[in-house]
Amino acid sequence: MKVSVALLLELGIILATLSLLGTLARRFTLSPIPLYLLAGLALGEGGIAPVPAAGAFVETGAGIGVVLLLLALGLEFTVPEFAASLHRHLPSGAVDLVLNATPGAVAGWLLGLDATGILTLAGVTYISSSGIIARLLSDLKRLGNRETPAVLSVLVLEDFAMAAFLPLLAVVATGGTWRQALLGVLLALGAVLAALAVSYWWGHHIGRMLLHLRPDAEQLLLRVLGVTLIVAAVAEAAHISAAVGAFIVGLSLTGEAADQARQVLSPLRDLFAAVFFLSIGLSVKPETLLPVLPAAVLLGLVTALTKMAAGWYAARREGTGRRGRLRAGTALIARGEFSLVMIGLVGVRQDRLGALAAGYVLLLAVTGPVVTRFAGTRPAPSAGTSRQVRTGGEKLDLRGEHPAGGQPPRQP
Amino acid sequence: MRFARDVMIGGMDVNEVLLPGVGMRYEFATRDGDRMSVVALRSGEFELMAYEGVDADEARFVFRLTREEADILAEILGAPRIAERFADLTKEVPGLSAGQIEVRAGGPFVDRLLGETRARTRTGASIVAIVRGEEVIPSPGPTQVLRAGDVLVVIGTHDGIAQVEQIIQADQ
Repeated sequence: MKVSVALLLELGIILATLSLLGTLARRFTLSPIPLYLLAGLALGEGGIAPVPAAGAFVETGAGIGVVLLLLALGLEFTVPEFAASLHRHLPSGAVDLVLNATPGAVAGWLLGLDATGILTLAGVTYISSSGIIARLLSDLKRLGNRETPAVLSVLVLEDFAMAAFLPLLAVVATGGTWRQALLGVLLALGAVLAALAVSYWWGHHIGRMLLHLRPDAEQLLLRVLGVTLIVAAVAEAAHISAAVGAFIVGLSLTGEAADQARQVLSPLRDLFAAVFFLSIGLSVKPETLLPVLPAAVLLGLVTALTKMAAGWYAARREGTGRRGRLRAGTALIARGEFSLVMIGLVGVRQDRLGALAAGYVLLLAVTGPVVTRFAGTRPAPSAGTSRQVRTGGEKLDLRGEHPAGGQPPRQP
Repeated sequence: MRFARDVMIGGMDVNEVLLPGVGMRYEFATRDGDRMSVVALRSGEFELMAYEGVDADEARFVFRLTREEADILAEILGAPRIAERFADLTKEVPGLSAGQIEVRAGGPFVDRLLGETRARTRTGASIVAIVRGEEVIPSPGPTQVLRAGDVLVVIGTHDGIAQVEQIIQADQ
């Protein structure tokens, strides 16, 4: 076997750089996604270092990254949770969809994009990053807050809506007619519902099959990955997109099997998702970014506000006060991996769209978490911004966390 | 699964809230009027929070416990109480009895968590010990995994014990 030295070296340098960037991001409890994007922008044609040898690997890896992202999303998903969220927050989900898909569509229309572009941009502005936000809520210690169930419900509903949206996008992107698109959506929805039914009624049987003969981690990884890639290929061939195929596999696994699959897949998912974010950055030419920057900033501003409105509404349904509503609204601002999945699906052949979406995600993946950190926090001295002795001098604040850019501690 | 509901656990009003994709949150007020909540994460970890002061919607994070730490805390909090119950109540309270229930192979809770049976919430009867072969697990926590062949030692009313038996040995 002959190994290309250039490939190994380029890939090694890329991964080492990503790891460095990731560490940096985690240090400030920020998502590494925008930094991966930036790394992609900086590399490649027209960037500081072209990576010709690693290019092919990154391209292949990106496809697998999308599949693994959606598989992991499906594995997180459970029918009872979805049903409960739908029951409680259907109006929140609808408000969220209308308020946040519309600005993207309007922007696409104003920029003179074609139907695919308009549809994609609507999806990009609609879907919040459940990955970034779930982690953020935990990092900011908000899991006990009254508004948190509302935020998480909106995310679950969005993820489900995406499963219907991706096949629509896939068909329209390949130049299919509206009838084919409708057929694709129905097919995908049917498959998703079938998977949900299977997981609900026969989930433990499937799990037992998967865990048959108590496989070790390696065996389980190969089993799940093999099945997922086959289903993804079939879905792609049926024009409902490989991503939806992978999501369906994830959906049909529940309980113990899903937990174990999640465990063995998670490092692989992290690697290939990073490669995917990198590839989006790589495929956008840096010189196309500057002209669309004003549009990206404006769109970011508008959709930050519309997301806040949606979160405000959802939190109000939970009976939360004003500060809680503000926290919920700002928490939802972050867009990330799934906005990029949509761009990846239509390909970045539309130069302007790719650059616009990359700039947009870059902006909101960074500002969203920062804004929510400072929005709606306690004005009282126990805001958790520093270790300080509270009035009475007996109790110490147990939260010793210093948020990045730390607010100055306020005295009582 | 309901999004949020109030359940009575041992005479205390507990508000159960679903955190989709993350876990469950249990909220309650103590007799002194302090409100606290326990977030059970999917990862098996727990977070303990207190509510206080200006914004009643905002929890003040107190601790994050690993699965093992949570087990130890539960043991510290629960063990003496259950032992007391076992010693005193079966003797003194008429109608209270003890029973043994086998976890049969192929039953609905084989390889599932004891907490998932929600036996105490649903029946009022407590599972105070699990006999597994030679081994006895005293006052098992909700994260205890049940195995086929386990024998559960249950304290409760006659009806309560029968109901637990129905839950544990139900057909799938």
